[in-house]
Amino acid sequence: MTYLSLLVLLPLAAVVENAFKGGWSGFWTAVTEPEGVAALELTVICSVLVAIVNSIAGLAIAWVLVRDRFVGKRVVSAIIDLPFALPTIVAGLTLLSLYGAQSPFGVNIADTRIGICVALAFVTLPFCVRSVQPVLAEMDKESEEAAASLGASPPVVVRRVVLPSVAPAMLAGAGLAFARALGEFGSVVLISGNLPFKTEVASSWIYSLSQSGQLPAAAAVSTVLVATALVVLLAMGAVRRRFDLDRTR
Amino acid sequence: MKRLHLLRVGVLAYVGLLVALPVGSVFFRAFEHGVGVAWDSITTTDGVHALWLTLLTVLIAVPADAIFGVGVALILARHRFRGAFLLDALVDIPLAISPVIVGLSLVLVYGETGWFGRVLAGWGIQVIFSLPGIVMASAVVALPYVVREVLPVLEEIGTEQEEAAGTLGAGKFAVFRRITLPSIRGGFAYGVTLTTARVLGEFGAVAIVSGNIEGRTQTLTLFIQSSVDNLNPASAYAGAVVLAVIAILILGVLQRSRSERRWSWRSAPAESLSTLDPPLLSTM
Repeated sequence: MTYLSLLVLLPLAAVVENAFKGGWSGFWTAVTEPEGVAALELTVICSVLVAIVNSIAGLAIAWVLVRDRFVGKRVVSAIIDLPFALPTIVAGLTLLSLYGAQSPFGVNIADTRIGICVALAFVTLPFCVRSVQPVLAEMDKESEEAAASLGASPPVVVRRVVLPSVAPAMLAGAGLAFARALGEFGSVVLISGNLPFKTEVASSWIYSLSQSGQLPAAAAVSTVLVATALVVLLAMGAVRRRFDLDRTR
Repeated sequence: MKRLHLLRVGVLAYVGLLVALPVGSVFFRAFEHGVGVAWDSITTTDGVHALWLTLLTVLIAVPADAIFGVGVALILARHRFRGAFLLDALVDIPLAISPVIVGLSLVLVYGETGWFGRVLAGWGIQVIFSLPGIVMASAVVALPYVVREVLPVLEEIGTEQEEAAGTLGAGKFAVFRRITLPSIRGGFAYGVTLTTARVLGEFGAVAIVSGNIEGRTQTLTLFIQSSVDNLNPASAYAGAVVLAVIAILILGVLQRSRSERRWSWRSAPAESLSTLDPPLLSTM
């Protein structure tokens, strides 16, 4: 208990205390700093975008992993977990080496917002695949086949049969991915270039504030970021419970 | 089945372009000019020091988290008390917040101007910008893994065997060593492996806490970043390859122990099958 208090509880309390050191007005000034607002906006937009894209890609990947058969499937499955085991800074460097200024393909997404999204997509991929996969694996193939034999086209099968049962799991995955993307730092710093107002994400902004000694301001922005993540996770949980209720009804 | 084929190709392309190719390209870049060059660029004084510091951090932070993890799991599984759900939720906090914020929160408590800063300075202890801070930051971000792996195992094995040993005259410690420890070994090992992976690769929290002083408080991940910033890509790629190889090894260990566990689950009653994959999920 002491361990937990010393390492987690007290430090978090210190963040909130520091955020309001200058009272509400101090908090407000720190949070509404234009550079910070731009960073927060960019982070939220990129995170939402990546959560949506990766949920869809995650469903497709999980479906292929569960239903399809091909040589090397186990390798693909192992590769999905790689972003989780790989240190984030290494993840950033790998993307920079392939899609940066010296890209062998001639694409350069370094210092762009696309670069940020690609980095976020890299680190959040396992969440989106692994949350859906067990649900798909438990679903029997028969209902999909029955729908198809009754003349439903593949898009209709996906929409009417697959989606309703995996939607809660997809949402859970998207929520986790969003929360992770919101606070991501290591994989983004190298490829984003941290250009203020253009490619600076929230955690970079907090980092630069704390490096320049503006600790209360950094704490204020941190509070906003944590609150956003909490609200989204709670909302996702509520929506999921609605889904479950609808299904049992 | 043409559509199916298309989907498969699409999926492989996404995973390939996003994950497989980039990781492959780091290996290519690292050894582009030969193994010798790669070796020379990581065995600089700063590189070797960074490697040592990272290993030292792992050696302190991982056992600390392991002991804490088993302790909390035991408390949550074996005792009923008010606020248990709170402790349960608290353990997961490090997963939900940005590592940068973890680092910042530690600075605010243990830094020069932090809550305990003056007291600690009076005792001559420097936490921030030195080893204790780096270890603490790493320990916080990797805190939940052992708890989350050991707790479900403890809940599943129940207390019958422990009670039986107790009635046969075994002391508390003997029960723990002879009964509890052997039965949680699998989950414990899995959790410790995850903790190690996380501590090895931590960047954001350590970046804030360590001050990133070359040759002094620079871990391997920070070494990679500053090598990129100093336009010294050879060192960055070489360092990245070291960490990537370790990550792949860890992944191999996890995959193997997961398939073993799945096998044991298969012989378990049907209702426990629904809990098949969440352990890994909760750890991410």
